[in-house]
Amino acid sequence: MINFGFSINKPRVIDIDNNNLRKSNEIILEMPELQACIGCGSCTASCTAGNLTDFNFRKVHTLVRRGEYQGAYMELNKCMLCGKCRLVCPRGINTRGIVMLIKRKLGDF
Amino acid sequence: MKHIVIIGGGIAGMQCAVELSSLGISATVIEKEHATGGKLASWHRLFPSFTPAEDVLGELRLKFAKAANISLRCGVTATEITPRKVTLSTGDELECDAVVLATGFTLFDARIKEEYGYGIYDNVVTSADLEDMFNRGEIVLKNGNKPRRIALLHCVGSRDEKVCQRHCSKVCCVTGVKQAIELKEMFPTADVFNFYMDIRMFGPGYEEMYREAQVKHNVHFVRGRISEVSPTIDGRLQLKAEDTLTGRPLKMSVDMLVLLVGMRANEENAELAARYGLQCQESGFMKPQDNFMHNVESNVEGIFYAGTITSPKSVGETLNEATTVALRIKDWLQKQ
Repeated sequence: MINFGFSINKPRVIDIDNNNLRKSNEIILEMPELQACIGCGSCTASCTAGNLTDFNFRKVHTLVRRGEYQGAYMELNKCMLCGKCRLVCPRGINTRGIVMLIKRKLGDF
Repeated sequence: MKHIVIIGGGIAGMQCAVELSSLGISATVIEKEHATGGKLASWHRLFPSFTPAEDVLGELRLKFAKAANISLRCGVTATEITPRKVTLSTGDELECDAVVLATGFTLFDARIKEEYGYGIYDNVVTSADLEDMFNRGEIVLKNGNKPRRIALLHCVGSRDEKVCQRHCSKVCCVTGVKQAIELKEMFPTADVFNFYMDIRMFGPGYEEMYREAQVKHNVHFVRGRISEVSPTIDGRLQLKAEDTLTGRPLKMSVDMLVLLVGMRANEENAELAARYGLQCQESGFMKPQDNFMHNVESNVEGIFYAGTITSPKSVGETLNEATTVALRIKDWLQKQ
């Protein structure tokens, strides 16, 4: 077959119907405070890793809550658990605890 | 005794009449419908305390009925308004010392936002329809089933130039969070999603209620406006939006979609302005003299505004304003 160099992109859409929300529900059930996130970005702004890499904690946990687990575990490996994000979170979320919880739950992703 | 004519028998008009009566001023309330209470009469519970609307209206109606020197004319409209005389649709003429316009607002007609399918698909309802369902005590889908996944869409007919509604209707955000909690209480296993552009929790207890919805009730909040709704093959509703906090498009199907409709200025406001020399704002709501020391006075001597005729307001704000109007009228009459 002649290869014309075309390929099909994987859709970027977050498909809530087909995503398996079981892990996401477990995470929220264990630490409901995560749902209190208002997306202010303080965690990412203060993040040591985020200032050196493209690590974005806010985005990672939001995706995880929508059932988008792919790559989340590897992404969270960039976190050094310094805990600065927890100091600045205006909603009082134990962000450091969330990092560890997501890694524990998504170990196999 | 000085006499005031109040146009509109909603909560603003009633509260204003009650307060005027306690100041020793008599009032006549003109109401176009056959009962007082206005929009509040069809509402179920009020944010942020989930107080039954009936309790508030019941107490107000009782005070209204007991107050001295108040008369009520239902089922009539005012055809000619001047600060000293109001002519009714029956031909009666009411002499007075001042007039209060308390004609309120119009609910945004969700059919105008055709892309959301109100009036086209089953199970797309407005926040007002939902209150009606709460009043009847049953929330069921067209096929008789219970909803398992519900979405609420904020800002329908608010902050939207495409439907000539640039303003924020102020109360829909809080209503959306309140209704999400009520739905979760009715259907604890259902998933409830709120799609919002900004969440505006401006009052006491509102932010706390928002947090409770998130943490205690596990209501999901997605920042992004739904772009379109379409039916699925199994009769559900497919939504498309951007999850702007992750920067990715998002799609999902739901059993029921609630459109949080905004407050629109009454069509008649423009006519009021043209006929009596009053002024409208860009939003269509009437324009008070200023936003501070003369916020309930119109630019015409002897014509006052109470409630949502000047801008979207919550029930509490409307009641406060109606009290203010009574006090300002008393002051103004003494200076005459």
